[in-house]
Amino acid sequence: MPKIVAVTGNEAVAEALRQVDPDVCAAYPITPQTDIMQRFSSFASNCKVKTEMILVESEHSAMSACVGASAAGGRVITATSSQGLALMWEILWIASGDRLPIVMPLVNRALSAPINIHGDHSDGMGARDCGWIQLWSENAQESYDNTIQAFRIAEHMDIRLPAMVCLDGFIISHSINRMEYLEDEKVKNFVGDFKQLNPLLNIEKPVSYGPLILTDYYMEYRKAHEHVMSKVPGVVMQVADEFEKMTGRKYGLFETYRLEDAEVGIVVLNSAAGTTKDVIDDFRAKGIKAGLLKPRLYRPFPYAQVGEALKHLKAVCVLDRADAFGGSFGPLFMDIASSLYIQDKKPLMFNRIYGLGGRDYMPDQAELVLNELAETVKTGKVKSVKEYIGVRE
Amino acid sequence: MKLKGWKELTPGAVVTEPGSSKKFKTGSWRAFKPKWIEENCIQCLFCWIYCPDMAVKVKDGKRGEFDYDYCKGCGICALECPGKKGNKAIVMEEEGK
Repeated sequence: MPKIVAVTGNEAVAEALRQVDPDVCAAYPITPQTDIMQRFSSFASNCKVKTEMILVESEHSAMSACVGASAAGGRVITATSSQGLALMWEILWIASGDRLPIVMPLVNRALSAPINIHGDHSDGMGARDCGWIQLWSENAQESYDNTIQAFRIAEHMDIRLPAMVCLDGFIISHSINRMEYLEDEKVKNFVGDFKQLNPLLNIEKPVSYGPLILTDYYMEYRKAHEHVMSKVPGVVMQVADEFEKMTGRKYGLFETYRLEDAEVGIVVLNSAAGTTKDVIDDFRAKGIKAGLLKPRLYRPFPYAQVGEALKHLKAVCVLDRADAFGGSFGPLFMDIASSLYIQDKKPLMFNRIYGLGGRDYMPDQAELVLNELAETVKTGKVKSVKEYIGVRE
Repeated sequence: MKLKGWKELTPGAVVTEPGSSKKFKTGSWRAFKPKWIEENCIQCLFCWIYCPDMAVKVKDGKRGEFDYDYCKGCGICALECPGKKGNKAIVMEEEGK
């Protein structure tokens, strides 16, 4: 029987990592992730896992150690947030370019300056195009489930790419949620054994990692990477189906809520989706046909499927918990706009930036957006494409 | 040599053939070319020791000609060459001259 528990998001992720029992972990503390690795390192110290913990002096070194350990042949994890991810940036590309299936929970936090430790998607968005898989999670249960599934997706023989599991700093990482833990044996059987494709430590078959690839081959390797990314959604669905058989919990490329017959919709990532769903219920009760789409697989972004799911709407608001300075719109808006660009018929669209630096996303913000969506449908005009909401003038 | 297409590559650019770097001929990078002047050579083999690539060929303990397929023209051999009575056995000449 699965165990029903009341735990924080970080505790849930640490528990998933304990159950997977990876070979190597190299990590460096950073709020709000620290709690995951603090818990995991006590599992290691108390022989609850056989994992080799590597002490490193920075996140740049943490990811570098992960690259080495993964190439050597191990199943490897780390975790980070914010500035830590920013410091890893250079090595993120090496992990993905070398096709090393490292799994990394990313507890989303705002980027400095001004320095801020709270929930915000700027960190993950900054790394969205570095060739990693990104799974985003609404609550502790999804963070736990995504962490377990991330190993299967990343390590799939057709994929072999690193994966980040994103959860909102503090809002999820440090709040207690009700959720279900799977039995250790079930998780172990689900993830199975890891076998590196070309392990460096196999002296019978010597290999080299990281060769110089110049003008004659670089573009072919990039095309191959783009191609393998295109296979990820299929594998994500396959793993989700198996996971559903084991747990009864259904996952897709994204979640839709009351979207099929909706006229207006909100697209939002992670924890804010919960609040939004509640407010959508209130608006439905008032006769406004509202729905929601919450991306789960954010990289690679399932453009075609997301576009199909949204194209019937009259108006869509994309809520971004990060801005893309100088890119005109928030990062999620740009992806949703691209998804709808390829559709013949598309909704009116606008972008609202909310919750930066952990500012609370309250029901009144969802109400504001839904009222504006209803108004947009009535007038047929978007008042303003991009605005910040919940900000003082 | 026919170059491979993107579908034929090893994932992650992993090199699975040991010693295959000898197939990677870097001589075309050269802007300056070392010239060996045999009469000034004392066969100390400093050039062979110092060459960062495999451009100095040695056979039966004796230095032979340069292998220009691997010489990038770094000039280390010419710098280290003690020569004979103040005359260098290796001098660098501009390519294309």
